[in-house]
Amino acid sequence: MKRKHFLALADGSVFYGVPCGAPCDALGEAVFNTGHTGYQEIVSDPSYAGQTVVLSAPEIGNYGCTPLDMESRSLFLSGLIVRRMNEPSNWRSRESFRELLCRFGKPALSDVDTRALVLHLRRTGSQRSFLHAGDEPVTPEEGVARARQFAGLDGIDMTSRVTDPNGSYWEARSSFPREPERKEETAMFFDKEAPLLAAFDFGIKRSILRSLSAAGFRIRVVPSGTNAGEILALKPDGLFLSNGPGDPAGVRGGIETVRSLLGKLPIMGICLGHQILATACGAQTGRLKFGHHGCNHPVKNLLDDTVAITSQNHNFAVVKDSLPPELELTHVNLNDGTVEGIRHQKARAFSVQFHPEAAPGPHDAANLFRRFREMF
Amino acid sequence: MLVGAGPILIGQGCEFDYSGVQACKALRAEGYEIALVNSNPATIMTDPEFADRTYIEPMTFDTLAEIIRRECPDALLPTLGGQTALNLALRLEDEGVLRRFHVELIGVKAEAIRRAEDRDQFKTAMKGLGIEVPLSFSVHSEESGLAAAEKIGRWPLILRPGFTLGGSGGGIAHNEEEFKTILRRGLDASLNREVLVEESLLGWKEFELEVIRDRQNRSAIVCSIENIDPMGIHTGDSVTVAPAQTLSDREYQAMRDDSLRVMDAIGVETGGSNVQWAVDPETGRRVIIEMNPRVSRSSALASKATGFPIAKIAALLAVGYTLDELRNDITETTPACFEPALDYIVTKVPRFTFEKFPAADSTLGTQMKSVGEAMAIGRTFKESFQKALRSLDTGHDGFGADAWNDRLASWSDEKIEQEIRRPNAERYFVIHEAFRRGKTPEEIHNWTQIDLYFLRKMAELAGSASAITLSPDSIRDAKEDGFSDRQLAHLLHMTEGQLRAWRREQGITPVYGTVDTCAGEFAALTPYYYSTYNGEYDEPVSRCAEGKRKMMVLGGGPNRIGQGIEFDYCCVHAAFALRQAGDEVIMVNCNPETVSTDYDTSDKLYFEPLTFENVLDICEREKPDGVILQFGGQTPLNLADALAEAGVPILGTSPRDIDAAEDRDLFRALMQKIGIAQPESGIAHTIEEAMAITQRIGFPVLVRPSFVLGGRAMVIVYNEKYLRKYFEEAEKVSEGRPILIDRFLEHAVEVDVDAVSDGSETVIGAIMEHVELAGIHSGDSACSIPPRSLSPKVIETIRRYTRELARSLRVCGLMNIQFAIQNDTVYMIEVNPRASRTVPFVSKSTGIPLAKKAALCMAGRSLREVGLSGEVRIPYVTFKEAVFPFAKFPGTDIVLSPEMKSTGEVMSIEFSDTHAYLKSQEAAGNMIPQKGGVFVSLRDADKKDALPLVRELEQLGFQIYATQGTGAELYNSGLQCQAVFKIHDGRPNILDLLEEEKIQWIVNTPNPGAVSKVDEIRMRAAALMKGIPITTTLSALEIAVRGLKTPEEGKIVRSLQEYHQRVRTE
Repeated sequence: MKRKHFLALADGSVFYGVPCGAPCDALGEAVFNTGHTGYQEIVSDPSYAGQTVVLSAPEIGNYGCTPLDMESRSLFLSGLIVRRMNEPSNWRSRESFRELLCRFGKPALSDVDTRALVLHLRRTGSQRSFLHAGDEPVTPEEGVARARQFAGLDGIDMTSRVTDPNGSYWEARSSFPREPERKEETAMFFDKEAPLLAAFDFGIKRSILRSLSAAGFRIRVVPSGTNAGEILALKPDGLFLSNGPGDPAGVRGGIETVRSLLGKLPIMGICLGHQILATACGAQTGRLKFGHHGCNHPVKNLLDDTVAITSQNHNFAVVKDSLPPELELTHVNLNDGTVEGIRHQKARAFSVQFHPEAAPGPHDAANLFRRFREMF
Repeated sequence: MLVGAGPILIGQGCEFDYSGVQACKALRAEGYEIALVNSNPATIMTDPEFADRTYIEPMTFDTLAEIIRRECPDALLPTLGGQTALNLALRLEDEGVLRRFHVELIGVKAEAIRRAEDRDQFKTAMKGLGIEVPLSFSVHSEESGLAAAEKIGRWPLILRPGFTLGGSGGGIAHNEEEFKTILRRGLDASLNREVLVEESLLGWKEFELEVIRDRQNRSAIVCSIENIDPMGIHTGDSVTVAPAQTLSDREYQAMRDDSLRVMDAIGVETGGSNVQWAVDPETGRRVIIEMNPRVSRSSALASKATGFPIAKIAALLAVGYTLDELRNDITETTPACFEPALDYIVTKVPRFTFEKFPAADSTLGTQMKSVGEAMAIGRTFKESFQKALRSLDTGHDGFGADAWNDRLASWSDEKIEQEIRRPNAERYFVIHEAFRRGKTPEEIHNWTQIDLYFLRKMAELAGSASAITLSPDSIRDAKEDGFSDRQLAHLLHMTEGQLRAWRREQGITPVYGTVDTCAGEFAALTPYYYSTYNGEYDEPVSRCAEGKRKMMVLGGGPNRIGQGIEFDYCCVHAAFALRQAGDEVIMVNCNPETVSTDYDTSDKLYFEPLTFENVLDICEREKPDGVILQFGGQTPLNLADALAEAGVPILGTSPRDIDAAEDRDLFRALMQKIGIAQPESGIAHTIEEAMAITQRIGFPVLVRPSFVLGGRAMVIVYNEKYLRKYFEEAEKVSEGRPILIDRFLEHAVEVDVDAVSDGSETVIGAIMEHVELAGIHSGDSACSIPPRSLSPKVIETIRRYTRELARSLRVCGLMNIQFAIQNDTVYMIEVNPRASRTVPFVSKSTGIPLAKKAALCMAGRSLREVGLSGEVRIPYVTFKEAVFPFAKFPGTDIVLSPEMKSTGEVMSIEFSDTHAYLKSQEAAGNMIPQKGGVFVSLRDADKKDALPLVRELEQLGFQIYATQGTGAELYNSGLQCQAVFKIHDGRPNILDLLEEEKIQWIVNTPNPGAVSKVDEIRMRAAALMKGIPITTTLSALEIAVRGLKTPEEGKIVRSLQEYHQRVRTE
C-alpha cells in the first residue's frame, strides 16, 4: 500500500507516513527532539512556532493529554512527526494526543521512519520542510518544491506571532505543586508585597511563570514589542526575558528595549531571552547545525562547578568568541562546548540558554529562579 | 580490593560478573593494583588476568578478614558484588577489620548501607524527605507480626524479610494462616530475624530508576524501567520495558527528582543505585518501595538497554573521578555526565525453570523465582515484546500465534481466566489466547491490573495475527509488529524456509539500528546493533580491516539451569582469543546479564534473539568467515544443522559429527568399533517397548527423552511401576520423540573429561572425579582435579579413550566426555563435542584457558601453534561444588538426581583433597561443623559401608543421633547413639531436634529413584531453612570425615596466581 502523505525536505528527501492529526499541510523548519516524555509540553511550547518537530521516542500519546500540561494557550508549531501514535492510558489524561492536535488544527504524521529522519537532520542540519497530511493530493516533487519556496525563519521576528497581545498578571505564590492533581500539595498563599517583574512574552511558557511566581515574584506579562518607556511605566522591580521562537537577530525591538533597560533593572533571560540579552550587550548569535532539542543535555555551571542535566530547545546560540568583556561565561554545554549561560559584570543581569523551568525535562537547574529572586 | 558475588543464585546471577569485569578492567587501566575475591570459578572476573591477585575462596567473613590481613588493601569496593558483597563489607566494618587494617570502604559507606537496608532507618529517612512509604511495620517475632497485621487492618499483606537475597522468604498473605507460615519462613531467612509487614500495593504500577552519582553530587538517571507486571510480582520475575511508557513528564520528573533526593538522603557517595517506586494507577499516589545502594540486576539491564556502562563508570567514580571527567564510550566525544536518550523500546522477560521443580508452586509473587532473563530491542513496543518472548528459547516464536499457543485452544474459558488471574510464567501466552477468543483489554486489565497501554498492544497483536495474508503489505506490517518467520509460516501453513524465501524475494528484510545512547543526536562509534523492520534506514555494515577475518560467536541466550554462565564464559573467551589473534569478532546474544553482551567484549555486538531467522539475517548481512556455535550451550547448537544447510561456514567440529555423538545408533556403532564399553541400552516409543528393554538389561535403568540438556526429565527407575509413571509424564516434554533407556551403573564412580583437539592432536584439559556416585547429574555433583581414587591404569584408559573419541568424531575444538567406572571397567556415558559446564573450572584449576585455545584451533590453528603441548599436572587439589535454589522453592525436595537442579557453583583450592573438599562445602554455604550433633539416616544399601565412618565421627566427638532403623544397626556394632522418632511416629523427632539446635549436621542418603517419604522431605526442608549442612552421599561423608581428622592450622588463603605459579615451576 503506497503511502500518500509525507514530509518533504528542501534537500529533496521525502519521508512517508500516515496522518494522525489535523488533515492539512504545513510549511516548517524540520527539527528533532530526543526527550522520552513531554510531547504535550513540546507541542504547546511557543518556541516551536514555525517548526515541524520530529520526536525520536517511538511510542507517543501513551499517557494522553491534560489542560494542566499546556505550556501556552495554543499549539504554535507547524507540524509533528512520530513513529507510533497511541491511545492514552493514564489517570491524568483528559483527551488523547491525536484529539489535541486536531482540536488546534495541527497536522501530524505517524509511522514515519523517525530514526532515519533524525539521522538525516543530524547530518544535513535543520531543514525547510513541507508536511503533507491534507486530503488534497500533493506529489512528493511538489512537496519538495514547496519546501524550497519556504522562506524559513532566519532574520524574522517570530515572537510577534506567538505573543499574547493581552498580557496577563500572576501573583506570587508560596508553591506550585509538582503534580497539580495531588490535592494535599495545593495549599498556598499569595505574597502581595513580592517584587514585581515585567516579563517579556516572546512566547513564554507557563512553567516559567509558575517557577517565577513560586520563587516569589509578582509578574506582569507584557507582549513582545513593548518598549522601554511602557515597561518602566509599570514600575517593575525587575525584567524577565522569556523563551521564544526563531532567530534572535529578528527581534530588533526587544534587543533595543533590553539595551536601554540594562543596568536600570535586574534582568534574567531564558533561551531566546538569553540570546536577546547577549545581543543587547554586543555579542553575536549564530545558527547551530541542528540545534539542541531534548531533556538530557549536561550543562556545567562554571561558577560553582556543578553539572545539571537540562531541558533544551534552541536552534540559535550565542557565539562564544563574540562575548564582550563585560559578559562573563557562566555555563557551558558539556556535549559541544557551546554557550549555555552568561552574566553581566556590572549590571545585575544573567541569562541561560537552557530551560531551568524544564517542562518537559529535569528540574536540576530550578534554583536559578531563586538566584534571580535573591537579587532583590 | 574488589568483592564478587559468589555462586550464581536465584536473585543474584551473572550480572555481577559483568559488573566485576567492567570494574576490574577500568581500575586496572587506571593503574590500580587489584585483589579480587570470588568463589565462583565460572566468572570472567576470576580469570587470572583481570586482577593482580585473584582469591577463589569462600565468601565468608573469616576468609575475607584473612585476605584483608594478607593484602592490606587501601580500599574495599563492595558495590559491584551484589547483596553478598554488601553484607560482607558491612560485617567487616562492624567487626573492626577495616579499621584495624586501615581499609577505606569506597563507593558506599556503612551508614548508607544500613540506612538503605534497615527498614526503620529507611522509613525515617524517607519521611524526612516527605516521600511516602507503604504503611508497614518491622517485626521480629510472630506476636509482633500479628499485631502489625491488625494495625494495617486489611488483607492481603506483603511480607519481606530484611537482609536477604532476591526477596528470599517473602510472600503475600491473604489470610492469617498464610500470614503465619510466611512470617516464620521470613524470620528464618533474614540475617537479623526481621520481617517487614506491609500494606498491599497489589496492582499498582511499578517503576525503577537507575541513578548514577559522583562525589560532587552530580547525578543522572541512566534509565527508567517500567514493569508490565504490576506490584505483587517481584521485579526480577516481571516483564519490564525501558524507558517507562505510561508516565507523563510531570510524573516522571517528580519521580526523578525524588530518586535523586533519596540518593542524597541515604548518603550514597558515588556509583550506581536503583530506586523502586509504586504508583497507584487510579490517583497517581506514589510510594517508594526500596533503594539499593549498589549496582544491581537492573543496572545490568539498564547498561545493556542504553549503552551506558554503569559498573565501569561506578568503579571509576568510586576512586574519585567525576561524571564530567569521564567520556561516553559509545560516542567518544560527549561526556558520561548525561542521561541516555532511547529511540527504541527495550523489553526484558524472565526465564523460569519450573519444569525442574514440579512440586514447587509456579505462582509468581514477591519472592523471585526466575533463573535468568532475555532482553530484546525493537523500534516499537510490539516488535520489542515479540522479540523478547522468542529470545527465551522456551518454545515460543513470539507472542502467541505459534504451535505452542495452539495447545491453549482446548482450554476452557474458566481455565483461561484462572491462569490469567494467577501470575505465572506462561501468563502472557494465555492472555494471547484470551484476546483470540474476543476478550477485551479492559477485561484482562480487571484480571491482571496490567496497564491498558500494554494490553491494547497485545490485543492488537492477537487481532492482527488472524488477519495476516501472504501479501507484501500484510507481511511487511506483520514484520513491523515483530512477528517471526516461524509465526507467519505457522499462520499461513508454510514452512519457515518457504516463508523466508518468499519474504526475501519480496525484499522484506530487516534493517539494523544502533544503541547509541543519544537517539541519533551524535555519531556513535561503537557498533552495538539490533534488528528492526520499523524503518528503511540501515546502518552501513563496516568493512573488516585488510587481512582480518570476520568471526562470529553465538552466545547462549538467557541463563537457565543446565545452561548458565559457564557457556557465556566460553563465548567470551572465544571472542577474546580471536580478537587477540587479529580477527574481527561479532557476538550475537540476548542475555543482558552477561559479559558477552558488553559492547567492548567483541568488535561488534548484535543484541538479537538466538533463532535461526535472526542469526541467519545477521550472517547474510555480515558474511562472516566463520561461526562458532559450539560454545553457547544447546541454544545455538540447536541452530547448527539449519545454519550449515543455509551455507553458513561453521567452525570446528562439524554439525554432522556433533549429531553423530548425539545419535544413539551411530554412536553405539562407533563405540563398538573402537572398543569402548557402554551400559546396555535401548530406545522405546511405548511402555511396551520399554518393558521389553528392561527385561533384556534389567533394573535399575536410567530413562530420559532424547536430545536434552541439563538432564531434563531424566530419572533412575528401579521397578516397573515407576517406569509406567515415568512414561505418562514424559510425554509432556518429549514431544513425541523416543525415550532412551540405559542400564544404570550402581556404585560407579563418575568422571568428567574436558579436552581440546585441533583435528589431529588432542590434549586433555583435566580429568575430574565426581564425589557423588553415578546417577546424580554431573552439573550437580562435586568433583575434584586431579581424580582421587582412580588407578593409573584406569586413568591411562580414560586418556586413550579420549584421544580415540576425538579422532573418530573428528573433533576440532572443545570436547567433554563423561565416563563411569565400575570395578575398574571404564564405561562411556556421554560425549559432547562442544563447550561444557566444567571448562571454566578446569581452566581455573590448571591455568590453561581451554576455551581460548579451542577457539583458536577452530579458527584454523594447531595445538602446537597455540602453545598447548600436553596435559598439565597440578601440585594441588581443586574442588567444584554445586549450589542449589531449593530455598526459593518451598515444598521442593532437595534430593539430587540425574535431573540437574543447581544454579551455580563454587570452587576451592588446597594442597590436600580433604581440605579442599571442606573448603568447597564452606564456599557452597554448607559448612561442615567441627563438633556438635549429627543426625544419621541411611538407606539400607549404605548401612554397612557407613559404619566405620560413623564410628570415626563419634571418635571425633560428635554426638550421633539416628532413627530407629539406622540406630539399631549402629547399636549392634557397638556405637552409642541417641534414637530419634520418625516424624509421624512421635516426639522428639528430627524436626524438634533441629528446632532445639541440637543437630548441626545431617547425613542422609536417600534411595535414588524412589519417591522420598514425606518425612525425609520435611526434614531436609527444615534443615535447609536452618542452614544445616546435609551430606547425601557416603563418598562425600568419607572425604569430610578424613578432613575433620586432620584439621587445618588456622585459615590459609592463597591467590590463584600463586597456585598457578607452582604449575609452571614444578
